[in-house]
Amino acid sequence: MKSKTMLYVRDHWQLYVVFLLPALALTIIFRYIPMGGILIAFQDYNPIRGLLGSRWVGLKHFARFLSSPDFLSYLSNTLKLSVYGLLWGFPVPIILALLLNRVQSPSIKRNVQLVLYLPNFISVIVVCGIVRILLSVTGPVNNFFGTQINFMAAPEAFRSIYIASGIWQGAGWASIMYTAALANVNQETREAAILDGANILQEIRVVEWPAIKDIALIQFILQAGNIMSIGFEKAYALQTDLNLPSAEIIATYVYKKGLLDGDYSFSTAVGLFNTVVNVIMLLIVNKTISKLNDEQGL
Amino acid sequence: MEKNHLIKLTYRDRAIIRIGYLLLAAFVISIIVPVLYIIVASFIDPVTLQNKGVTFDFDKWTLTAYERVLSNKAIWTGFGNAILYSVVYTALSVFITLLVAFPMSRPDFKGRKFFNILFVITMFFGGGLIPTYLLVSNLGMVNTIWAVVLPGAFSVWNMIIARTYYKGVPKELQEAAFVDGASEVTYFFKVLMPVCAPLIMVLSLWQFVGMWNSYFDAMIYLNDSAKQPLQLVLRSILIQNQPESGMISDMQSTAARAQLAELLKYATIIVSSFPLLVMYPFFQKYFNKGILIGSIKG
Repeated sequence: MKSKTMLYVRDHWQLYVVFLLPALALTIIFRYIPMGGILIAFQDYNPIRGLLGSRWVGLKHFARFLSSPDFLSYLSNTLKLSVYGLLWGFPVPIILALLLNRVQSPSIKRNVQLVLYLPNFISVIVVCGIVRILLSVTGPVNNFFGTQINFMAAPEAFRSIYIASGIWQGAGWASIMYTAALANVNQETREAAILDGANILQEIRVVEWPAIKDIALIQFILQAGNIMSIGFEKAYALQTDLNLPSAEIIATYVYKKGLLDGDYSFSTAVGLFNTVVNVIMLLIVNKTISKLNDEQGL
Repeated sequence: MEKNHLIKLTYRDRAIIRIGYLLLAAFVISIIVPVLYIIVASFIDPVTLQNKGVTFDFDKWTLTAYERVLSNKAIWTGFGNAILYSVVYTALSVFITLLVAFPMSRPDFKGRKFFNILFVITMFFGGGLIPTYLLVSNLGMVNTIWAVVLPGAFSVWNMIIARTYYKGVPKELQEAAFVDGASEVTYFFKVLMPVCAPLIMVLSLWQFVGMWNSYFDAMIYLNDSAKQPLQLVLRSILIQNQPESGMISDMQSTAARAQLAELLKYATIIVSSFPLLVMYPFFQKYFNKGILIGSIKG
């Protein structure tokens, strides 16, 4: 058995050396070595002394984080932002694709698509810049309504701004895969449904939904499983000093504690906590969905 | 069939379809209006913009914002760096991904299961910010292009997509090539790659746009302002309200500087978003194809 493997490797060495090695090297260096670096979460890490010379402190940093009054606030900010984001954001691409699928004229359809996909090519920074301009105290939104609300300073507005601008930027692009799947709907089923006198909602349920169900489930699992890894870049770019009570999420806190304050060990502990919660979520979601969906998980 | 269908629609169905079209139209308008607003506002004289907002009195229109933005060195340096990083990252990342997907797509590849687990784990678990940062800085890559380009160069997700794509390539091609005595490398470059053009196109597009629009890695690893990519320059202008000093320093009063700084934001948004937005319609035909590639379960 062993010699068989050796023979295979000898005959196919190119597969290992040319094809596999670059990706393997990158994975080990930039993914696995930092996993070893997680150990500093259990130390009072001192960059000069290094990993071996720093003092071990056990779960001190975890205890400090979990017992701090900020902990619940950052955790709930993170969870609310992603759960609400998922609940509001997830159906929109599906609805857009279903609507787009009903547009009869090819040229209208193409132009609508062109507009829907456009915001995906605007960067996060620019989208946040536009949001800040539109919502500023003297900006067009306030002008239009004759008000002077400082939206960017209001903690209660942060989540709505974040989620709405996320849908604005991403929903069209995310609808592409549903649109592509809808191109394969079974026309015979549609004709049969219409002959049976199905109304439009019934028709969608028996004709369109089966074509997109699998993609929707996979997307849902992936998004729900990544509930804790909500993007740093956008949250950070929409933060102001005043909206922090709802805008500070774990990712931005890890960055500030670690790289701005230099509290490496504490920041690593918070990051590890976040990752572990995320993995647990993923396992739960995958298990639940596969139970619901005839044992077909990811 | 469609005609019959339309005749048979009930009053309720028709109402649902109309509401649907209205929703779609509303979404399209919500994209177009802010973009048009930014474009129009970028041409308006700063004092008028602040006092009256957008106007179509063309005497109040000016190109001053564009002159200042385009004559600013930081923007151009940013463009240059962004192009450099995005091109290098895309080439490297796509090449490595295409390579490793080849053995990972072959059922006979010994060790496939093991490497697959090794790669997939990194999609869900990692060392986090600080351990990765410490590694990159220990490797001496801080303030070099490699800090931005290398750590994320291998994408497991893209590997899964490429692998799935390869599996759709007829087996006969491979068998014929090996019967003719081709090596793995020869087969890969001479036979497999030429039939993978759509895959390569789509992966390149994703990686390029992803790198072009990101700022986090550049923010933490590149302190030297001469090395910063466009998004970081944009961040100081749009988010931190710190325009490059040369852009507004000739104005006498603080108020005038503030008005001009506000106007510069609009022009900066247009100038910085222009290249991708102009190029994007030309790539549109690849989108549907690409998403079909992407939505296949690996």
